[in-house]
Amino acid sequence: MAIAIALILLVVWSLFFHFASPWYLTPIASNWGMIDTTIDITFVVTGIVFVAVNLFMAYCIIKFRHKKGKQQKAEYEPENTKLEVWLTVITTIGIAAMLAPGLIVWNDFVNPPQDAVEVEVVGQQWHWSFRLPGEDGQLGNVDVRYMSKSNPFGIDSEDPAGLDDILIGDSSTLHLPINQPTKVLLRSKDVLHDFAVPQFRIKMDLVPGMVTYAWFTPTKTGTYDILCEELCGISHHAMRGKVIVDEPSDYQTWLQEQVTFADLQNRPKGDPELGKTNFAICAACHGQNGEGMQVLNAPKLTGQEPLYLKRQLQYWKKGIRGASEGDIYGATMTPLMVTLPDQASIDNVVAYIESLPSEPAEKTISGDISTGRYIYSTCSACHGADGKGIWSMNAPALADMTDWYLARQLKNYKDGIRGKHPGDPYGYQMNMMVDILPDEKAINDVIAYINTL
Amino acid sequence: MAYVSIADKDHEQHMHDPQSFITKYIWSQDHKVIAIQYALVAIFVGLIAMGLSVMMRLQLGFPEWATFITPEEYYQYVTMHGMIMVIYLLTALFLGGFGNYLIPLQLGARDMVFPYMNMLSFWVYLLSVIVLLISFFIPDGPTGAGWTLYPPQAISEGTPGDGGGIVFMLASLSLFIVAFTMGGLNYVTTVLQARTRGMTLMRMPLSIWGIFVATILGLLAFPALLVAAIMMLLDRVIGTSFFMPAMLTLGETSEFSGGSPILFQHLFWFFGHPEVYIVALPAFGMVSDVLATHARKNIFGYRMMVWAIVGIGALSFVVWAHHMYVSGMNPYFGFFFATTTLIIAVPTALKVYNWVLTLWKGDLRLTVPMLFAIGFIFTFTHGGLTGLFLGNVTVDLPLSDTYFVVGHFHMVMGVSPVLVLFAAIYHWYPKITGRMFNNTLGTIHFWFTLLGTYAIYLPMHYIGFLGVPRRYYANGTMDIVDESVQLQNAGMSVAAIIVALTQLIFLFNMIWSLKYGKKAPGNPWGGTTLEWQTPQTPAAHGNWGENLPEVHRWAYDFSVPGAEKDFTPQNEPASDGVPVGRDHGVNH
Repeated sequence: MAIAIALILLVVWSLFFHFASPWYLTPIASNWGMIDTTIDITFVVTGIVFVAVNLFMAYCIIKFRHKKGKQQKAEYEPENTKLEVWLTVITTIGIAAMLAPGLIVWNDFVNPPQDAVEVEVVGQQWHWSFRLPGEDGQLGNVDVRYMSKSNPFGIDSEDPAGLDDILIGDSSTLHLPINQPTKVLLRSKDVLHDFAVPQFRIKMDLVPGMVTYAWFTPTKTGTYDILCEELCGISHHAMRGKVIVDEPSDYQTWLQEQVTFADLQNRPKGDPELGKTNFAICAACHGQNGEGMQVLNAPKLTGQEPLYLKRQLQYWKKGIRGASEGDIYGATMTPLMVTLPDQASIDNVVAYIESLPSEPAEKTISGDISTGRYIYSTCSACHGADGKGIWSMNAPALADMTDWYLARQLKNYKDGIRGKHPGDPYGYQMNMMVDILPDEKAINDVIAYINTL
Repeated sequence: MAYVSIADKDHEQHMHDPQSFITKYIWSQDHKVIAIQYALVAIFVGLIAMGLSVMMRLQLGFPEWATFITPEEYYQYVTMHGMIMVIYLLTALFLGGFGNYLIPLQLGARDMVFPYMNMLSFWVYLLSVIVLLISFFIPDGPTGAGWTLYPPQAISEGTPGDGGGIVFMLASLSLFIVAFTMGGLNYVTTVLQARTRGMTLMRMPLSIWGIFVATILGLLAFPALLVAAIMMLLDRVIGTSFFMPAMLTLGETSEFSGGSPILFQHLFWFFGHPEVYIVALPAFGMVSDVLATHARKNIFGYRMMVWAIVGIGALSFVVWAHHMYVSGMNPYFGFFFATTTLIIAVPTALKVYNWVLTLWKGDLRLTVPMLFAIGFIFTFTHGGLTGLFLGNVTVDLPLSDTYFVVGHFHMVMGVSPVLVLFAAIYHWYPKITGRMFNNTLGTIHFWFTLLGTYAIYLPMHYIGFLGVPRRYYANGTMDIVDESVQLQNAGMSVAAIIVALTQLIFLFNMIWSLKYGKKAPGNPWGGTTLEWQTPQTPAAHGNWGENLPEVHRWAYDFSVPGAEKDFTPQNEPASDGVPVGRDHGVNH
C-alpha cells in the first residue's frame, strides 16, 4: 500500500517540481523559438503518459494487492489482441506528434538562410577566438601547419582572401549585430570542443580536421556566455567566451577597432633600441636588467613570454589591470603607462626586455615540495611541465620568475582582485583554477615546487 | 550423423563432479559458481565506482570544502565511474552473473555447453578488472577522457592519464571483450542447443529471452569497440593516425595527420547504443519474471514481449548516431536517426504497458523483489520518456551535453537496471544461497534507494534545461546560473551520499543472511519456472539429479482456472487433472 501512495506522491511531486522549480529553459535570445515549441509538445505528450502509467499502476496496487485472510485469485489473461493493437496505435500517434515537428525544425537548422553572414569560431585548449571574413566576404585558407606565435590562426599567407580577415585573437569575445542571420563555421586547433550558447538554443561540436556549422539569428541585445560542452581536458570547465549582441551602430564601432591578418603581419617588429629609452622608467622599480625588486614590489620581467608581457601592458592601458579595489601594487603601474602611449612603444619596450639576459630570480618561498608537485600537475597543463609557459595556451612562465610575485598574484586571483574584469578572459580561467589552492600553505607548496623546476 | 539434442543424450553426459575445494570454488566449471564469481567481482568494482560518484558529488555539492579534489581527479572519477558501471558492473552482472546462473537452470540443462570456456571467461574478466584497477596506481592515474574516450583528447596532452591510464583502459576493454565473447558464445549456444525436452523457444521465460538477445547484440556490437580500442592503441603507441588529425599540441604541430575523430565516435556508438540494450534487455526479461511471480499472474502479452525484445534488439543497431547529433557529423543523418530512435520507443512503451497490465487483476504480493520491480517501472518510465526528448534531434539541440543528459541516462541506464538487479538478487537469493534475506532491511534498502535516487536525478533534468553543461569540474560564474543551482547541487549531493550509505545495508543483509537467514524452501515464491523445481536448494552440481525435467507448458501458468494451486510449474504434465493454460509453444 505504501508503494501505491509513494507512486501517487512521486507523480504529484514531479508535477509540482515542474511548475514550481526556479529552473527551466533560459530566456531565449535567438530565432529558435520553434525549438522551445518542440520541447513543449514533447512535455505534453510524455507528461500525459508519465502520469497515466504511474497512476494506473498505483490504482492496480491499491485494488489488487493481496490482503491477508482474503481469498483472492489473479485473473488468467495471457493476451488481449484488441487492447494491444489499440495501445500500439495510440503510442505510434503520440510518437509521430513529437517526431514530425522535430524533423520540420531540424530541416530549418541544417539549411542556413542565403543571407546568413559567416563567422568563424576557433576553439583550442582552453580558449575561444574568432575570425570574420573582412571586406571580400571570404575567409582565407587555414592549416595547422601555418600556426605559429605570429600566426595563431594558421592562415595561409599566400591566399589573398585571408589578408583582410578580421582576427579576434585574445579577448574571447565575439560581437554580433542583432537580427542578422549568422552562420558560425566551427574549427578546432586541437581536440574536440563544443560551441554552445544556452540563450541561442544551439550547440555544435568543433572537430579538428574539419569545419562544422550551426546558424541562428540573435534577437536580443546583451552579453551571453559561450560554453564549451564537449569534454576537452582538465580546464574544460574554464573554457569560456562571450558573445555580445549589439545594435548595428555599436557593432560597426566595434568592428572598426578590430585588426586584420594583414595588419598583424605588417606590424613592425619591436625595436629594442627604441624600447631602451622607454625602459629607463621601468628600470627604476624593475631593475636595470629587469630582474625585479622585491622591496619595490616589482616583479622580474626578463625570461617572460613576450606575448604575455604585451598583453599585460595593454591590460594596464585599458584599465583591465591595476584598477580593481585592493590591487594597491597594480595601481602604481597605472599612471606610469603614459610613458607607453601606443602599441609600437609597448612592442619596443618588450623587445628590449627580451634582449636582456635572464638570471633565475632569488627564491624566497619554501614549502612542501611533494605536495606542491601534486598540485602543479594541474598547472602544468597550461604552464608546461617545465614551468616555462606555453604561448599557445596564453600561459606565462613561472619557473625562475620572482616567486613572491607569484604568491601575491595567486592570492589576488583567489580574492578576486585579479581576473574578474570581463576584458581578462585568461585571468578568469585562473580565478577558476585557483580553487585547487585552498589556503596559503597550498600556495607556498606549489611555488616551492615551481622553484625546483 | 543425425542430430540429437543434448537433452536426449543426457545419459551419455559425464558430470565431472569437482573433487577438491579448488576445483569446486576457484577453478570451477559449474555455471552457478562462475555466476557467483562474476557477481562478486562485479559488485566489488561497482562499489568502487559508487565511491567515485560520491567523490564527484562532494566536488559538485561542496566545492569550497572539497578542495582536495583537483580537476584531473574529478575527470578521472567521471571516466572510471562511467566505464566501470556500464561495462564492468552492469554488463558483467547481468550476463556473466545472471546469464550464467539462469540459463541452464531455467532451460533445464545441466550446465553451459562449454564449461571450460565458461571458466576461462570469468578469469579473463577478472584479469580485465585487475588491469583496469592497476591504472589507479600508476603515476598519472587512470584516464580522465570521459567514459566515451573520444580522441583526440583521450590520447593527447591536457587530458589526465593520456600517457599510461588510457593504455591500461584500452587493454582492459580488449580483455573484457575477449571474456565476453567466450561467455557470450556459450550463452547463445546453450540457449539454442541445451534446452530440455519440451522447452520450445516460445516457452522460455522472458529472462532467458532478454539474456539471449542481449548476448547476440553483444557479440555483434563489442567487435566494433574492440577494433576502435586497438586502433586507438596504435595511434597512441606507434603513432598511426586512424583517429588523429593534424593538430596543435603544446604550441607545436603534432605528428598526426588526416585521422578522423568522428570515425571513432561512430565505432564507439555502434557498440555503445546496443550496449544500452545489452544491459536493458536482460533487465526487461528478469523484471517480467519477478512481476509475474509476485503478481501471481501470467505476464501480459508474452508473445508481444518476446517480439518486442527481438525488435528492440534489431532496431538498436540503427539508432547509434542519436548520440552524435551535435558531433559535427553530416547533420542530414539527424533525420534518419531521429526517426529510428523514436520508432524504437513503440516496442519499449508496449513493454511498459504490459508490465503494468500484468498487475491488473493480479493477486499482488508486495515482497521486497516486487517493490524493486515496481520501482523499476516508475524509474524506467521516467527515463524512457526523457529519452524521447534527447532522441528527437531538434529537442536534443539545447539539451545535449547538459545535466539533462546526465539525469536521463542515470534514470534509464543507471537506476532502472540497478533496481532490477536488486529485485533479481532478492528474488533468487533463496535459490542461490538456500537462505532467506532479512525482509525489514530489504524494505529499508528499497525505500531509501528509490526515493533517494529520484531526489538526485529529477532536479538534474531541470538544471539541464537551464543549460548547465555536464562534465564541469566547477560552474564558476555563468550567466544562466544563480545561487539556487549551487544549493540544489548540495542537495543532490546529500541525497547521493544517503543512497550510497543505504547500499551498505544491502551488503550487510546479503552477508548476514548467508549465515543467520531463515532456511529457504525450494520454491519460496511459488515460481513456475524450472529453477524453482530443482531437487536441492541451492541446486547441486548437475542441477537436476538423475533425470532432466521435462517441460509441458509455458513459463507463466499462474492462477490457471481450475487448477488447485495458484501456480503450475513448467514441468507439471497436463494429465494429472491440471489443465494446461494458454500455450504458444506447441501445436495442440
